[in-house]
Amino acid sequence: MGIVLDILSWMLLLAGSALMVIGGIGLIRMPDFYSRIQAAGLTDTLCSILILLGLTLQADSVPLAAKLLFTLVFLLFTGPTAAHALAKTAQHDRLEPWRRAPGGASSKR
Amino acid sequence: MTRYVISQTVLLSVVWLLFSGMWTYPVILSLGVASVIVTVWLVGRMGLLARDTEVLHMIPAALRYWPWLMGQIVRANLQVAGRILAGPDAIDPRIAQTKTLQRTHVGRAIMANSITLTPGTVTLRVTEDHIEYYALTPDLVDDLEAGEMNRRALRFEEGLS
Repeated sequence: MGIVLDILSWMLLLAGSALMVIGGIGLIRMPDFYSRIQAAGLTDTLCSILILLGLTLQADSVPLAAKLLFTLVFLLFTGPTAAHALAKTAQHDRLEPWRRAPGGASSKR
Repeated sequence: MTRYVISQTVLLSVVWLLFSGMWTYPVILSLGVASVIVTVWLVGRMGLLARDTEVLHMIPAALRYWPWLMGQIVRANLQVAGRILAGPDAIDPRIAQTKTLQRTHVGRAIMANSITLTPGTVTLRVTEDHIEYYALTPDLVDDLEAGEMNRRALRFEEGLS
């Protein structure tokens, strides 16, 4: 039983870490503020879900597991709130999103 | 009123027990009881012991909605991860609007938060009957226009009343 949980937990942790890295790559690679929020969205959502579930499987007591799951629930409520606040403020300050240049080829920044 | 006092007390007690993890020390338990009582009193003083702010009655509707939303989050994550690895050439961002079916503030908040929670789209503005959002690719706009999230959020909202 222990070994099965360990394997499952490590798979979740590794998948979560991979998403974290991809989110980080996106944060650098995406062309503008709005698209970078989407990259941060990866680390906000599935990445945190996978890592916190992986850690929950490693928890050795009910209160510890409950705290990790509560952390997850709070993250899933505060993450989109923060993302929305940032995007709304950017729009309010008339920051125009990056657009693909007409005619196919994309303009870089 | 009594109902909300009871449900708030139960909720806070469970949360306190889970967070403290100390279920056998009489002194600490009595401090926990005291803090639950003080908190319920404060919540009542703030006028928040009402149906709108009661969490327990939301659970059945939430349990029907969240698994579907979780699936959407996974799907959107994989899509956006692919776009990120493919680079800026793979995205074609735009700002779009969708009509909201929900009537209450809570319903619209559920819809707006769901849009933001699925990577690739983020809510920019919520009005009485529209949500304006940023989408990383045109097919994400098509997905939202198809209206499944809208309908499910509406069902969530109806499940609350």
